[in-house]
Amino acid sequence: MKVSRFWAWATFIVGASYFFIPLIATFEFSLRMKRGEYSFEAYRVVFADPRFQATFGYSVVVAIFTILLGVLLVVPTAYWIRLRMPWLRPIVEFITLLPLIIPAIVIVFGYIRMYGSNSPLPFLASVRGTDVLLIIGYATLALPYMYRAVDTGLRTIDVATLTEAAQILGAGWVTIIGRIILPNVLIAVLSGAFLTFAIVIGEFTMASLLNRPAFGPYLQLIGANRAYEPAALAVISFAITWGCMSVIQVLSRFAPKSANNPN
Amino acid sequence: MTNVSSTISSGAPNVTPPPAARKRLPLQWLGVMPFFIFALMFLILPTAYLVIGAFQNNQGEFTFENIAALSQPTIVSAYWISIRISLASSVIGALAGFAIALAIVRGGLPKWARPATMTFSGVASNFAGVPLAFAFLATLGRLGLVTVGLRAIGIDIYSLGFTILSFWGLTLTYLFFQIPLMVVIITPAIDGLKKEWGEAAATLGATTSQYWRMVAIPVIWPSFLGTVVLLFANAFGAIATAYALTGSSLNIVPILLYAQIRGDVLHNPHLGYALAFGMIMITGLANVLYIWFRTRSERWLK
Amino acid sequence: MADPFLSIQSVRKSFGNVAVVKDFNLDVDRGEFVSFLGPSGCGKTTMLRMVAGFEQPTSGTIKIGGKDVTYLKPNQRKVGMVFQAYALFPNLTVAQNIGFGLRVAGKPRAEIEARVKEMLGIIKLPDFGARYPYQLSGGQQQRIALARALAPSPALLLLDEPLSALDAKVRISLREEIRSIQKRLGITTIFVTHDQEEALSMSDRIVVMNEGRADQTGTPFEIYNKPTTRFVANFVGTLNVLKGTVVNAANGQVKIGDDTVMLDSDLGGRKAGDSVSLALRPEAVSLGRNDLRETSVAATISEVHFLGSVIRVRAKVGDNSVSLDTFNDPSAPPPSAGSAAEISFARRDLMVLDD
Repeated sequence: MKVSRFWAWATFIVGASYFFIPLIATFEFSLRMKRGEYSFEAYRVVFADPRFQATFGYSVVVAIFTILLGVLLVVPTAYWIRLRMPWLRPIVEFITLLPLIIPAIVIVFGYIRMYGSNSPLPFLASVRGTDVLLIIGYATLALPYMYRAVDTGLRTIDVATLTEAAQILGAGWVTIIGRIILPNVLIAVLSGAFLTFAIVIGEFTMASLLNRPAFGPYLQLIGANRAYEPAALAVISFAITWGCMSVIQVLSRFAPKSANNPN
Repeated sequence: MTNVSSTISSGAPNVTPPPAARKRLPLQWLGVMPFFIFALMFLILPTAYLVIGAFQNNQGEFTFENIAALSQPTIVSAYWISIRISLASSVIGALAGFAIALAIVRGGLPKWARPATMTFSGVASNFAGVPLAFAFLATLGRLGLVTVGLRAIGIDIYSLGFTILSFWGLTLTYLFFQIPLMVVIITPAIDGLKKEWGEAAATLGATTSQYWRMVAIPVIWPSFLGTVVLLFANAFGAIATAYALTGSSLNIVPILLYAQIRGDVLHNPHLGYALAFGMIMITGLANVLYIWFRTRSERWLK
Repeated sequence: MADPFLSIQSVRKSFGNVAVVKDFNLDVDRGEFVSFLGPSGCGKTTMLRMVAGFEQPTSGTIKIGGKDVTYLKPNQRKVGMVFQAYALFPNLTVAQNIGFGLRVAGKPRAEIEARVKEMLGIIKLPDFGARYPYQLSGGQQQRIALARALAPSPALLLLDEPLSALDAKVRISLREEIRSIQKRLGITTIFVTHDQEEALSMSDRIVVMNEGRADQTGTPFEIYNKPTTRFVANFVGTLNVLKGTVVNAANGQVKIGDDTVMLDSDLGGRKAGDSVSLALRPEAVSLGRNDLRETSVAATISEVHFLGSVIRVRAKVGDNSVSLDTFNDPSAPPPSAGSAAEISFARRDLMVLDD
C-alpha cells in the first residue's frame, strides 16, 4: 500500500511537470517581447493586429455555422434511430466514427478533387461555396463528438414515451423534435457544440487547403514569421480551449441524471 | 394485415389500400436520409474518389502503377517515420496515460487530484495543432525555457543531438495531447474494475500481481488496445503541429500529402491519391486488427 | 467450546474517531454456521472483513485453527468468501472462475479439472463450465461464486450478504442450498445478513449486532424467544411492547392498563412504582379467553385487517397497542373495530426488557 501510494505520487508529479512546464514556459516566453522586462506587449500586438481580428472573427462565424449544421444533422438522426430504427444504430455509429479513422487531410483532398469548378457540384467555384464546403468539412470532423454527446443525452430521457405523449396531444414531427426532444437534450447538444467550437476554432489543415482566411492558417503564418507573438497566441488558444471545456463541465451539472430508459 | 384488408375491400373492389401501409417503409427511411446523404457526399464518396483514383492512370485506365510508385525512397521513408512517430506516441501515450489514470483512481491521492486531472486532460487532449507547436518551441526550442535552463546548468541538449524538429521532438510534442486523451478514455474503464474482484482473488490466495495478470489486465485490455488504435490514428493524420513545428523539413506522410495537394510536388496527381489511399489503409488496418483482436479475446463481453 | 476453531478476542476497530466494532468476542466451533445479524452500519460487515483480512483490527486478536492471523494478508488465510454482488471474474469462464484458487496455488491441470467438475456437481450446475458469467442469472452466478470460494477447500467460509441481490424466490431456495452444502462439507461458516428470517432459518448460532457490539449470541430459538436486550427483541421478529408499572416486585405483579398481571420472569431489581417494559410476540397473544393462556386483560379493538387465512388485529390495552393474529373462521364474523374484547397470553411469554 505504501509503495503504491509512493508510485502514485511519483507518476502524478512527473505527469504534472510534463504538462505544466510547457505551459509555464510558453507564458514566460510570451512576456519577453520587450527586452529586459516582462510585459504583455506580445498580447497587445496580437490583439491590435487587424488580421487577428479578421481571421478570429471568420473562424467564430464558421464554428457557429458548423455547430448549427451538426445539430440539424445529428439530432433528428440520433432521435429517429433511437425511436424507430434501432437496428441501424451500428451502421450509423460506424459512420460517425469514420472521421477518426480517415485523416482530415484525406477528406479535404477528396473535396478538392470532387467539388472543383468543373464538377457537377462546383462548391469551389465561388468563395461562398468554399465557405460552405469548409463548414461541411468541419461538421464531419465534429461528427464523432456531436453524435456521441447527443446520443448520450437521448439515452437519459425516455424518447418513445415523450414522443407518444406529444403525439396524443396532437404535435407534429417538427414540434416534437423542436419543442420536446431538443430542449430535453439541450445540455448534451451544448456540450457537443462547445467541443465542436474548440476543435474548429484553430483548425489548420482544411482551412489552409481550401484557402480560407481562418484563424488556424493565421496562427501558422505568425508562427513562421514572428518570435514572441506565437507564444502569446498559444496562451490565448489554450485559454479558449480551457473556456470551452469549463463550459461543458458546468453544463454537465445541469444535465438530467435519471436513466429511466435502460437502453 | 393482408387478410383483413382483402376481406374489407371484397365488397368494394375499387377501394385502394390505406396509404399508410404503402408509405410506411419510405417514410421511415426519410427520417435518416439527410444523414446518409451527407455521409455519402462528404465522407464516403470523396474518400472513394481518392481510392479509385489511386488505381487509375491519367487516362482513367485501371493500373497498379501508382501503388507501385509508393515504393520510391522518399515516400517509403515518409510512411516509415509517420508510423514510428504514431506508434511511439500512441504506445508511450497509452502507457503514461494508463499510469496516470491508475494513480488518480487507485493511488490513494488526495480527493482533488482526480477531478483536477480529468478537467485538465479534457483541455489538453483538445489542445493540439499550431498552438501546441508554439508551446513546445517556447519550451524546447533553441531559445525555449527548458533548453536555456538546462544550458545554464551545463547541459546543452542541442549539442547532445536533440532537436524539437526530430523524431523524439515530435513524439514528445504529440504526447501532450495523446496522454490526456488516454486518461480521459481509460479512467472509466479502470473505474469498471470492481473492488470485489480484487478481494475475491485475494481470498482465493492470489497475489496482487496474479490478480492483475489474470483478471484486471484482461478486463482492461480491449479498452486499452482500442485507445491505442485511436491514438495511433490521431497521430498519423495530424499535420498542423508538425507543419508549424518543422515547416516542411520533416518528411512525414501528412506533410508530404499537404505539399502534394498544394503544388503537386510528386508531379503525378494520381500518386497523391495513392498516398492518401495508403494513409487510409494504415489507419483502417489498425482498426481491423483491433476489431479482430477484440472479437477474439472478448468472448466474455456481451 | 474447549478448542474453538475460530476465535475472535476483544476485537475493536475504529476509523478515525469512529469506533465501528467495539470489544467483539466470539468463539466458533468447527463446522458451525454462525450468522452476524444486524441493521446496516452495525459493524457486522467490518467484523467479517477483519476475519477475511481486508481490514486490520485496531486491537484484539483473531485466531483460525489456533493460529493467530490478525495481521496476515487475505491471500494467506485460506478463507473462502462470497460477496453480495457475486464478483465473478467476467473474463473467465465458469470453470476458470471455480478453478481460479487452485490455479494460483499452482495445482496440476488434471486436479483442477476434477475439482471443478466436482464443485459444479455440488452446486447442481454440471453443464455450465464453458459459459461466461454474463450468460447466467443472478442465482446461478451466486452458486458459481460459492463453488469458487469452496473449490480450494478453505478452512473458513465467509458469506457477505450473499442473497441480498437476488429476488425473493431464488433467495429462499438458495439459502436452503447453501445450508445443505455447508452441512455436507462440514465447513465452518460466518454469514453476514440484515435479514432476520435468513439468520433464523440457516444458523446454528446468531450474533445480533448493534452499534458495533454483539448484543446477544445464541441459537435462533434463544434469540427469538429469549431476547436479552430491547434491541434484539425489537430487531428480531415483530414485538408488542407493553408499558407497565411494578405493583409488587417480590411476586412479580405488574399493572398493565387497568389490569394487574403476574410475571414469571425476574424484574431485575425494580421496585414497586417503577415502570417496566414488557415484550410479547404477536403469536403469543390470542383474542378472547384461551385455556392455555391463563392471563387475560381487557382491550379495545382498534384496527382489523383481513388478510385471507389470517386476520391481523390491533387492540389497545391502556395506552399500549398490541398486535395479534387470529385464523379466519368462515362461520364467525371478524371482530369489528371499536368493540371491547379480552386478550389472553401466558405469563411465561412476557419478557422483561432492559431499558
